[in-house]
Order: sequence, then structure tokens, then C-alpha cells
Amino acid sequence: MVDALVDFGRIARLWVRASMAYPASFWMLTFGSFVMTGLDFAAILVIFGRVDAIGGFSLGEVAFLYAGTGLGIAFGDFVVGRVERLGSMIRLGRLDTMMTKPVPLLVQVLADEFALRRLARIAQAGAVFAWAATTVDWNLSRVAVTVGMVVCGSLIFCGLFVMLASIQFWTADSAEAANAFTYGGNALTQYPLTVYPSEVVKVLTFVVPIAFVNWYPALYVLGRSDPFGLPGWLQFVSPVAAAVVLAATALVWRTGVRHYRSTGS
Amino acid sequence: MALIEVSHLTRTFRVRGRPAVAAVDDLSFAVEPGEMVGYIGPNGAGKSTTIKMLTGILVPTSGSVRVAGVDPSRKRTQLARRIGVVFGQRTTLWWDLPLRDSFDLLQKIYRTDPARHRHNLEEFVELLALGDLLDTPVRQLSLGQRMRGDITAALLHDPEILYLDEPTIGLDVVSKGRLRDFLRTLNAERGTTLLLTTHDLQDIEALCRRVIVIDHGTAVYDGTLAGLHQQGGSTRTLVVDLVDEAPPISVPGATVRRVEGPRQWLSFPADSSAAPIVGAVVAAYDVADLSVQEPDIEDVIRELYSR
Repeated sequence: MVDALVDFGRIARLWVRASMAYPASFWMLTFGSFVMTGLDFAAILVIFGRVDAIGGFSLGEVAFLYAGTGLGIAFGDFVVGRVERLGSMIRLGRLDTMMTKPVPLLVQVLADEFALRRLARIAQAGAVFAWAATTVDWNLSRVAVTVGMVVCGSLIFCGLFVMLASIQFWTADSAEAANAFTYGGNALTQYPLTVYPSEVVKVLTFVVPIAFVNWYPALYVLGRSDPFGLPGWLQFVSPVAAAVVLAATALVWRTGVRHYRSTGS
Repeated sequence: MALIEVSHLTRTFRVRGRPAVAAVDDLSFAVEPGEMVGYIGPNGAGKSTTIKMLTGILVPTSGSVRVAGVDPSRKRTQLARRIGVVFGQRTTLWWDLPLRDSFDLLQKIYRTDPARHRHNLEEFVELLALGDLLDTPVRQLSLGQRMRGDITAALLHDPEILYLDEPTIGLDVVSKGRLRDFLRTLNAERGTTLLLTTHDLQDIEALCRRVIVIDHGTAVYDGTLAGLHQQGGSTRTLVVDLVDEAPPISVPGATVRRVEGPRQWLSFPADSSAAPIVGAVVAAYDVADLSVQEPDIEDVIRELYSR
């Protein structure tokens, strides 16, 4: 495990160094990414120019929810975002060559062409979080739940990215469908779930458990009771949701690798 | 115990809506340490599929593979330290990085002893004339240069086995020759076991005492190169340049295959001596020149396939 992390660092560092050979290009891409992800939040600000609350939540509260899911997907994208390219690695035969090296395959896939510009997304979500945090009435347990929210949210998104990308072992062109769940789930949870029918909330709780990324822990931190009347303990089980997602991910990935067919020749 | 043991190995591929196709079908062979084995067969015979199962990339459908005592697909990353793999058609190097960076990274991820790594690198750079290329990104290398880089990369960690999948494909004659010399030296000095698939039968003639011929996923021949000639019913050819044009030469033990002006081609069994035939021809005709052509292994294999 430690070896794998060390190898991840070594391979990733080499790619970062290679991308720094073109600093102008790096900064432009990073800045562009920062602005693009910021547009989502600009849309929320525009709406609040007309209304005082969305689904019964104030601007500060919506910003907290936005930052919660934003940090989760940003960390997930930063660490495992490369897994999206699995299909093309398979087609180009790169996966074959990775499989002949003494580093776990997933580590090599994730470290391949690792790019620091993905930090832009973290910076953007972090900026919104910093602002939202000024509106929260903090105490020790709320701090703890918030830390848990960011950690577990990141792990849930890491798991979902890898699990959904693993489908490319079976069908090479499923990357777009996977985005519907990850980026789509992220977009949904940028708003209070009270704006959706309760069926959507059930799906986000029990099927694709993205509600545990921000919604349930945020309800606790913001001092709100569950608007759908669901039990209060759901606000503390994000670690369980993360563990379930990661276990399922490990299973799907391993099955995918053993199912791998390689390419001709 | 053999270093590579393949027993009743089968791998099928299911294509949607069609019956499963066996790329490798009930294949068995064993390779001892230090052998150089040529693994040949037509396109789609199952050569690459076999290599992919030996390296753990593909999981067998049935049968078993043991390499250095372990099951490759279950212990893939562990086995990776003990083997080297060169795919002729794709690189294992990092495309955008200079060769030197790729080699440094390999030393780290293989946990090769730094002194040993330096020693190997110096030796391979020297033998493969890579010195001027170390700072060039891989994408800027020519095919031959890249192949030399890939071979170095596959050997820096002192693997016991080197798999080469079409290593000379697309190389010019000089590069091919240099590469064969290098592989022969490697095997002689380090005792590295070599298994190579190839289309180029000269690779086999230059390197391998043992040949496994595969067709439709099954070994149709496993033995020496000489034995392959015998089994394929191969013939040698005596090319006779007469002083004047003449009707087809008639001597015992040989038959005329072709006549072109004063030149005639006589074929005779590969395992019989050319001397009595040459004697008979010279005694009966005015001969300007003579030469003997060795059997073409491609013909031999074609003969094997056609059975």
C-alpha cells in the first residue's frame, strides 16, 4: 500500500514536471478551469439576486452545500480523474504495457499524465467553502462532521469515478454515461435536495449515494432537521456510505481487470 | 522444474451474437531456463494471446500457466519484476518523456539496486548505441531507436525471462542484424531465457535452436529448426549455370524445377548430400557456375500448415 502510494507520487511527479515544460499553457488551462467551474456558482448568485431562498435554504446554506459537493468531486477528480481515459488506454494498448510493470494497475492508470491543473477545481470549491463557512454557527462537533463530510465526499466520488470507469473494461465507450452519474450527481447536489421530488432524494440516498457527499452531513452542520422526515442518524453515516462505495468499487475494478480482453495483436 | 509451463491452455473470445472463438486451444509446452525459443505462426494463430497469458495480461479460459512457479494472472505485479516484455508494435516507455527519465523511473518502480541499474544501463547504452538519444523524448525517436530503448527498458531490472513480441517488425536490415547480435549476447552472457514471436524467419534462424509453430491456437510443431525442415519435407536447390542453353538436366537424385536460358534450378532432399549430384552434373555438362540454396523456412512452414 505504502509502496503503491510512493510509486504513484514518482510517476505523477514526472508528468507534472513534463507539463511544466510549457508554463504558459499550464497557467492558462488552470485559470480556464477555475473560471469554468466558477460559472456554476455564478448561476446560483444570479438566482439569489431574485429570491431570498432556494428550497427553504439561504444563500450561505446553499453555498455550504455547493462547496461540500464541489470539494468532494474536485478531490475525486484530482486524484482519480485519469481513470476516465481507461477506454482509450485499452484501445491504444497502453493498458497491456502497464500490466507488465510491477506497480498495481490502478496506480499506473491514475498517475498517467497526472495534471496539477485539476487543482483549480479544488481552489474554486475551496473559495466558496471559505465564504460559506463564515455564515455557519460553528462548534466542535460541527467541525468534526464537516471534516468527515469533505473526506468521505471525496472518497465517495473517487469510488464512483473508478467504479463507473471500470465499465469500460466491458464496453469501451461508456465514459459519457459515467459522467451522467458523477458530474450529473454533482450538479444535482449543488442545490438543496428540497427542490426535487422525494424519489430523487431516495435514489441519491440508496442507489447512487451522492446525498452522503454533502446533503446529510450539511443538514447537521447547518442545524436543520431532515425536510423529508428521514431519520437523523443518516447525517452521521457518510463514512459507512464511503466504505460501501469503495468496497463495491474494488470488486468491480478487480472483476473488470480479470475480464480484460486486450486488443488484437 | 521448467521456467515456463503451459498445460492444456485455452483462451476463447466471445464476440456478441457469434459463437466463442478459441484464440489458443489446448496448448501445452515447457521452456527450461536459458533456452531461446522461437514462437511462430501465421497472423491470428494465437501468438500474442499466448504471450499475454504468460505475462498475466489475459486470464486463461481453461488450462494452466506457471511462470517461475507462479500463476501470472493472479501474481501479475509480483511476476513483473522477474520478466521483461517488449511489444514490437507499442512502446512501454513514457511517450513524452526523455529516455533517461523513463529509465530512472523504471529503476525506482522496479526497486533495482542503483549500482546494478547504472551498470546495466551503461552496458546496454553501449551495446545498443543509445548514448546520443538519452535526452530525446520517446515520441521523437525512430522506430529502430525506440525499439532499442524499449529493449533496454525491459532488461534494466535483470529479468530471468525476456518476451519479445515481433521485435524486428519494421526494422531495416542493419538494425535487425544488430538486434539479433545483442539478443544472442544477452542469452550467452546472462543466461536470460528468450521467447520471441516473429514473422521474420531469419530471426529464428539466427537465434533459436528450438521452434514452436502454432496454428489455430495449437502447437503443430515443437522441436529443433533442423527437425522442422525434415518434417516439412524441405528441399535444397542446386543452381546450375551452363555454358550454353540445354534441355533440362537429367541426373539421378535431383529434379529440374525451372529453366531460364542457360540457368537451371534442380531440387533435391534437404537431408541428402549435394556432392554426388554436383559430380554427376559436372561430368555430363559444360558448367560455368554452381551454387546451393538452403531451404526456405517459410516454404517449410507453409507445407506444415497445409497438412
